[in-house]
Amino acid sequence: MSAGTDMAVSTGAAGVALAVLGGAIRISTPFLFVSLGECLTEKSGRVNLGLEGTLVMGAMGGYGVSYLTQSAWLGVLAAGLLGVLLGALHAWLCGRPRVNDIAVGIALMLFGVGLAFFLGKPLIGPSAPHLPSIALGWWSRSAQVRSALQINVLFVVGIGMAWAVLYLLNRTRWGLVIRTVGESADAARAMGYQVGRVRMLATMAGGFLAGVGGSFLSLFYPGSWNEGLSSGQGLMAVALVIFARWDPIRCLFASLLFGGASALGPALQSVGITSGYYLFNAAPYALTLGIIIATSSRDRALAGQPAELRIAR
Amino acid sequence: MGVGVSMKSGAEMTSASPAVAPVSPGRPQVVGAHRRDGFVAAVRAALASLVVPGAAFTVALILFGIFIALTGHNPLAVYYQMYRGSFGTAFSFQNTLVRAAPLMLTALATALPLRLGLVGLGGEGAMVLGGLGAAATATALGGHGPMAIKTWMLIAGGLVGGGWIALAGALRAYRGVNETISTLLLNYIAIALLNHLVEGPLRDPSSLNKPSTLPIGDDNMIGNLPGIDVHWGLAFGVGACLLTWVLMDRTTFGFAARMVGGNVRAALLNGLPVGRLIVIATFIGGVCAGLAGSIEVAAIHGTANASLITGYGYTGVLVAFLARSNPLAVIPVSLILGGIGASGGLLQRIFDLPDATVNVLQGILFISILFSETFYGQSPRQLWRGLRSFRRGAAG
Repeated sequence: MSAGTDMAVSTGAAGVALAVLGGAIRISTPFLFVSLGECLTEKSGRVNLGLEGTLVMGAMGGYGVSYLTQSAWLGVLAAGLLGVLLGALHAWLCGRPRVNDIAVGIALMLFGVGLAFFLGKPLIGPSAPHLPSIALGWWSRSAQVRSALQINVLFVVGIGMAWAVLYLLNRTRWGLVIRTVGESADAARAMGYQVGRVRMLATMAGGFLAGVGGSFLSLFYPGSWNEGLSSGQGLMAVALVIFARWDPIRCLFASLLFGGASALGPALQSVGITSGYYLFNAAPYALTLGIIIATSSRDRALAGQPAELRIAR
Repeated sequence: MGVGVSMKSGAEMTSASPAVAPVSPGRPQVVGAHRRDGFVAAVRAALASLVVPGAAFTVALILFGIFIALTGHNPLAVYYQMYRGSFGTAFSFQNTLVRAAPLMLTALATALPLRLGLVGLGGEGAMVLGGLGAAATATALGGHGPMAIKTWMLIAGGLVGGGWIALAGALRAYRGVNETISTLLLNYIAIALLNHLVEGPLRDPSSLNKPSTLPIGDDNMIGNLPGIDVHWGLAFGVGACLLTWVLMDRTTFGFAARMVGGNVRAALLNGLPVGRLIVIATFIGGVCAGLAGSIEVAAIHGTANASLITGYGYTGVLVAFLARSNPLAVIPVSLILGGIGASGGLLQRIFDLPDATVNVLQGILFISILFSETFYGQSPRQLWRGLRSFRRGAAG
């Protein structure tokens, strides 16, 4: 083997690593927001599987408002508020007796995605202002490094949000109430807290975060509204919360890991490895499944799992 | 996430709510009155199982009508065209039947596990892989007689689909992995597998624009039912619904399976092999969805490609919930949803409504049906009181 090909291989590997790193940062942001939202909701003892629908609605609504007002941040806010509405709908439906929250989540997923496609039809094509990003790669001369370190403001906000949710849950009175409701609804009721209302608020807050995560998809990366925008990130984020053991900080690292896995296929393709491209597309899903299988157990409950989620439905 | 909820053992079991509702203490235990009460309750339950979904369906139609009116169309005109596009003409009715056939089969993939208390969404992935398996089988058996190839295509597709969903069932039963999440992930993995195989190892070199497997050949296509322009898939769909109904409602297996769904702890205490029941039920459901895929290949496409990603798997979930996981009810509900799907094209042509219109209606229908669950087991008077307090609550 000549020195020349050696060089090519090593820059190729470095290129892949950089592309995966950059992809991890770019792709992880929606994962991060949705998983933080789901974490918050599940801590109150309810599962919202409908966040995929919220994500897509947020992407559509955020893009639409950004296009109409020419302000990307108003778009983000609108996406969050759409998430609040869908969260409130979920919580209200689940508050009725004998209504199963998993099934409601599936229904809201179908509904949210359908509604977003319906309302978003005229938004395919026009371009809306994007979210700003911070060039952390200014020190490097390599274009690859620069593009990998082009970090979106929302990603930074998301990192802060992870610690904020941690603080909220573990250090504040509200967090204590949320965890109490999630650990034992009966105990919370006996202490005079309104379980339904707490869960309603937690689901709405979770919906807000998921909606914001959706706006990232349409306002930064990939950066336009179309119907193939989400490939199940909202669903994977729900699985990711299990993997992260209901811990906001671990949600952050899990999101980065998943983002990296999602970036693997395109990164390999960019250096000319195209065989198995479609198999690499399955990497994040296979990784999720593998991790859940590895960490689940038939006999013991998962550490950190809110007790209300363990009770057989 | 409810991981492993059904498999708990030991101390946690004792806190389970009793499986049988206690007889209310104040009621006199006269045999005759008891029997009459039972009869009234049975009639009421039967009525509720017709009236409640009917009302939910009506409410959904009204809500969708309001939505349509908000978008500036006349809801009645839209509904009329939906009727025309689904049941109104012989052509559209045949289109509805062709769409209803795979829905019946994918619905069973959700409905059977649902009877055991499992919410699985794997129909889409099982259908895709079933279709792929069928096409690959036809290629592998090239040179055999059409009858053999057709038979083995259906068998292979069914087995692939069955294995795929049984995998999720086994993970749930023996590892406590949440089946809703795992089936969803398996759907994405199945689609990636399809893309990989039709782009690479199984690709027909002459399929340029739309990568596909080698065509199965015209002789090996399963044709239409006698007399109508609807393929044999419909017969398979109806047959599968009837068979699984017998299985779930008229056999000891079905009784045991329903017991698992009613109360896992009671089932375990009675020594039922809960894990095995879960795996078998998910396998049978998966066989149905896989069959749907093989039929799509063998009756419509003639090859496996991205056209197999139809969304029938997800609509099947909706069908299963609308039918309250009763295989017999799956047949008419599939017809209704097949009809809604069939009318989408007409809505697009006449009103310029996006193709997602159908999805919006399905979403509203799904939500409305789930909401209606709360009204089962209530007397009309309770219902009325509930509605009044609900109205007050909404106003205040």
